[in-house]
Amino acid sequence: MDIDPLLEAVQELTEHALEMVNKAAQVQEHAQQVAIAAAEHTTGLSPFMIGLTVFVLAIYVGYYVVWRVTPALHSPLMAVTNAISSVIIVGALVAAGMPTIGLTKIFGFIAVTLASVNIFGGFLVSARMLQMFSGKK
Amino acid sequence: MDINITALFYLVAAVCFILSLQGLSSAKTSRAGNRYGMLGMAIAIGTTCKSSTIDDYSFIVGGILVGGTIGTIIARKIQMTALPQLVAAFHSLVGLAAVFVAAGTLLQPDVFGIGYPGDIKYSSLVEMAIGTAVGAITFTGSIIAFAKLQGILSGKPLVFPMQHLVNALLALSIITVGAFFVTSESHFLFWVLVALSLAFGMLIILPIGGADMPVIISMLNSYSGWAAAGIGFTLGNNMLIITGALVGSSGAILSYIMCKGMNRSFISVILGGFGGDQAAVTSSSSEQRPYKTGSAEDAAFMLKNAQSVIVVPGYGMAVAQAQHAIREISDLLKADDIKVRFAIHPVAGRMPGHMNVLLAEANINYDDVFELEDINRDFAATDVVLVIGANDVTNPAAKTDPKSPIYGMPILDVGLAKTVLFIKRSMASGYAGIDNDLFYQDNTYMLFGDAKKVCENIVKHWG
Repeated sequence: MDIDPLLEAVQELTEHALEMVNKAAQVQEHAQQVAIAAAEHTTGLSPFMIGLTVFVLAIYVGYYVVWRVTPALHSPLMAVTNAISSVIIVGALVAAGMPTIGLTKIFGFIAVTLASVNIFGGFLVSARMLQMFSGKK
Repeated sequence: MDINITALFYLVAAVCFILSLQGLSSAKTSRAGNRYGMLGMAIAIGTTCKSSTIDDYSFIVGGILVGGTIGTIIARKIQMTALPQLVAAFHSLVGLAAVFVAAGTLLQPDVFGIGYPGDIKYSSLVEMAIGTAVGAITFTGSIIAFAKLQGILSGKPLVFPMQHLVNALLALSIITVGAFFVTSESHFLFWVLVALSLAFGMLIILPIGGADMPVIISMLNSYSGWAAAGIGFTLGNNMLIITGALVGSSGAILSYIMCKGMNRSFISVILGGFGGDQAAVTSSSSEQRPYKTGSAEDAAFMLKNAQSVIVVPGYGMAVAQAQHAIREISDLLKADDIKVRFAIHPVAGRMPGHMNVLLAEANINYDDVFELEDINRDFAATDVVLVIGANDVTNPAAKTDPKSPIYGMPILDVGLAKTVLFIKRSMASGYAGIDNDLFYQDNTYMLFGDAKKVCENIVKHWG
C-alpha cells in the first residue's frame, strides 16, 4: 500500500483548513473595523462639537444671569467669578495625583496651589464684602 | 466612579456656579449665592478626586493647604480700598495655573485621556494652544494691572514708539507659532508660545492709564474665564467649559458697562495712551481763572443749612480712605433731618462697584446709594452736593465741548445744584488731563486737602 499520496492529501487539506481559519479571522477583523467605523459614523459627533454646543449655550446663560446682577454688587461679582474660574484646579488635581514624581506632577502641584489661593481668597473676600452689604437694614 | 455619574456631579457643580451668579442679583440673596459657589467648587474637586485614578494625595493636599492658607490670610487682611489690585493679582494666578495645567497635559496626555505623547488629538492641541496663550496673556497683563493699581508702576500710560506695530507683530507671531505647534506638537514651540504670550500680555496693558483700569480689570476677568474654557475643551470637561463661559461673559459684560460709562469704545481703551501727552497740552494752555475756596467751617455751615445733600464719591475717596469720615458727616446730616444720598458714577474708582463696596464698608445704608441714571435728575433740586475725590465724572465739558477727550461721557450733573463743594487735593486736573469748568462756577467752593482730613474737619466744626 502506498500511503504517501494519502498523507500528502491530508497535509494539503490541513493547510487549506488553516488558511481558511486565517481568512475567517481576517474577515472577522475587517468586519469589526467596519462596524467600529460605522458606529463612529452614526454617532459621529466629535467631542469638540458637544463642547462647543455647551460653550455657546453657557455664554447665553452667563449673559442673562450677569445682566441681572445689581451694579452695586459688581465688585463681589468679580471676586466670585474669579474664584469660580479657578475650577481649572480639576485639571491640576489629576496631574498632581500621579504616582511618580516628574515635571507633570510638579506642574500639577503648582497649579493646585495657585488655584487654591484664588478659590479660598476669592470666596472669602466676596463673603467679607457681602457681609458689609447685608449686615444692616 | 461611572463616567456618567461623574458627568452628573459635574453638572450639579456647574448649576451651583450659575446659582451663585444669580444670587448676586440682589444684596439679600447674595450671601446664599456665594455659598452656592463654594458648594459647587467642593463638588467639583470631590468628584475629580473620586473619579480619576489618583494614586498619591500628598501633593494635592499639600497644594490646597498651602494655597488655601495664603488665600485665607490675604482675604482676611486686605483693606477694602486695595480691592482692585487684589482682584488683579487673583486674575494673574488663574492665568498662570491655566498655563501649568496645559503644560502638564502636553507632557503626559495619557494621564488626561487625550492621547499619547507625540500623538495628541489634533483638536486637543488647538484648544491647548488657545488656553495657554490666553492664560499667559492673563498672567502678565494682570501683573502689570496690579503694579499700576498698587502704585509700583506709574498709573500714567506708558507709550513707546511703534507700540501698535510691535503688538500687532507679536499677536501675529503668537498665531503663527500656535499653528506650527498644533501641527508638530513640538514642546519647544509650546514654550515659545508661552513666552510670546507673556510678552504680549505685558505690552498691551502697559500703555493703559489708571482710570481705564475698570475696563481692564473686567477684561482680564473675562480672559481668565476664556482660559478656563480653553482648558475645559482640551480635557473634554463640560463643567470647565460652562464655568469658563460664565466667567468669560461676565467679564465681557462688565467691560462693556465700563466702556459705556466712559463713552469709549473697547478698542480705543485697548489701544491705550488715553490721558497722555495730547491731553496734557490742552490743560497747560488754559490760563489761571479765579475760583472760590472754602474752609471746613464754611462747609459744615452750608451742609447744616441744607434741606437735601448728595455726596459724589470718586477714586480720591478710596485713596484717602475717607469713607468712614463721610459716614460721620452723613450721620450728622441725618440727625438734623437733612436728606442725604450718594450718587455713584459707573466708572468711579478703579473697578466696577468699587465705591459701593467702600460705602458699604463704612456702614452707609444700601438704600441711600444710587446709580447715575437713578439720581441724575435730582441734582437740580438739591441744596448742596459734596464731591469727594471725583473730577472727570462731573465735568460738564463732556456735554458741552465736542473737542474734549471725554465728550459724550455720561456725567453726574452736580453743577445744577444750588451749592457744590469740591474736596480735592489741589487745582490739578483729573485723570483725563482736562480742566473742569465747574471749579470756576459761582456756586462752587473748593475745599483743598486730603479728603479724609477735610471730612474730619467738617465733623469737628459741626458745632
